Amino acid sequence: MHLKVNGDVHDVDAPDHWTLLEVLRYRLGLTGSKQGCDKGDCGACTVLVDGEPMISCLILAREAEGREIVTIEGLWPLHLARGGEGPDPVQDAFDRYGALQCGFCQSGMILSARALLDRTPSPTDEEIARALSGNLCRCTGYTQILQAVQSIVARARGVEPPRRSWEAANVGRQAGER
Amino acid sequence: MLRLPRFELRQPTSLGEAVTLLREEGAGAMVMAGGTDLLPNMKHELFTPRVVVSLGRVPELRGITRDPDGTLVVGAMARIAEIASSESVRKQAPALAQAAGLVAGPQLRRAGTIGGNVLLDTRCQYYNQSYFWRSALGFCLKKDGVVCHVVAGGSRCVAAASADCAPALMTLGAVLEIVGANGHRTVAIDEFWLGDGIVNRRLAVGEILVAIRIPPTPPGHRGAYGKLRERGSIDFPLLGVACRLDVGDGDRVEHGDLVLTALAARPKRIPQAASRLVSTRLGTEEFRAAIDELGALAHRQCHTLANVPGDQEWRREMIPVYVRRTLQAAAAGNGPVHHV
Repeated sequence: MHLKVNGDVHDVDAPDHWTLLEVLRYRLGLTGSKQGCDKGDCGACTVLVDGEPMISCLILAREAEGREIVTIEGLWPLHLARGGEGPDPVQDAFDRYGALQCGFCQSGMILSARALLDRTPSPTDEEIARALSGNLCRCTGYTQILQAVQSIVARARGVEPPRRSWEAANVGRQAGER
Repeated sequence: MLRLPRFELRQPTSLGEAVTLLREEGAGAMVMAGGTDLLPNMKHELFTPRVVVSLGRVPELRGITRDPDGTLVVGAMARIAEIASSESVRKQAPALAQAAGLVAGPQLRRAGTIGGNVLLDTRCQYYNQSYFWRSALGFCLKKDGVVCHVVAGGSRCVAAASADCAPALMTLGAVLEIVGANGHRTVAIDEFWLGDGIVNRRLAVGEILVAIRIPPTPPGHRGAYGKLRERGSIDFPLLGVACRLDVGDGDRVEHGDLVLTALAARPKRIPQAASRLVSTRLGTEEFRAAIDELGALAHRQCHTLANVPGDQEWRREMIPVYVRRTLQAAAAGNGPVHHV
């Protein structure tokens, strides 16, 4: 079968019962998409299919033929190809806000956030939460994840981004104080 | 890691081709719409078909259109997300749009279809488990075993109807269009269910649900859906409540309906809803008394079982609460109702 992943067409051979996630990970070596619950609960395997976040563990690879697939590995190169600099702004914001603990949910979270911002450049906090509601963070690091996305929106609106948790904790603390 | 058992995938590109394929393959084949229910169940080895016939490339099953008489015709392969955001569905069938918006999470609503949701396999916490898990318990009535773990000594499967859209479609008087090797038939959704948790729907081998027809609703139509679940996203219902209020002159109710799900093998209508609601006036003490009474009636008529997760006593106590809140939401033109 032919799969278009991150802008490249790959000629891959896999049996009918393989999922898109399995082909990405075990044929193409793209292990950024995580195999979590493998039954559609956790969202760790989220990839973009024609620009929309989808659960790749519940899509048969052959059903994804003819669709444009973007995985976490493709995000930075695609951003550069569109004339951007540095990592994709969502990746950069997740980095700056410490929006990960173990990191397992991160690729899915970032892709869900990317698709939201492509569709709705200035979403409300509720729209952000709703767009990420199919991605579970088992470490419960949701506050920083939401703040990371809010910071991109704040930058676009030209307003003050949310204060990062460790900065808030430092408010009022004097040098030398424990 | 959950792997799918081996099968052969067929991808017909027309409805005729799909029907022919299913006739040729017989009981060894299963139909796949969005795959969000079938594939996890296959990963759990609840189904091990030799052939999977995907409807993803059949154009006749897509789209939401309106007939000249105002009937909304929803293609069985219309995605749940499409239903939730469709202006015509929100206007003509608000309870359905709300129910669709609360199905699973955003990624699954993009993949899952309305047809697949109506035909969702019944669920039970002793059934929706891996082969290893089920084998450790000695299997159950619904799959591979001879005992029920929900009802001690039970000889009838009580796996729960868990589709959010089905009770909403029942309040709307929806009609299902089905095509098979013997031609085309239609069936009212109320007549489609069986009270058997093993298979709760009257769909023969080889038949395909092609569309759902929603009759026009009057201008004063209101509807709402309430869903009790553990988290604010992803989960199947622990209880689903769909209601309908057709309101006429002077805010008087002209027609009412109330259907609950996630209790037993089929969605359950509260038969007194229509007579109790009709001719009451919204916003009056009389209307409040009617919905309180319906909550109490539903509590009496509906029994929660350990078929779905969560504390059964708590689920039962939430029945009157959700009946009341969902009817209130419909009356106010609001909804959906959910606690998180």
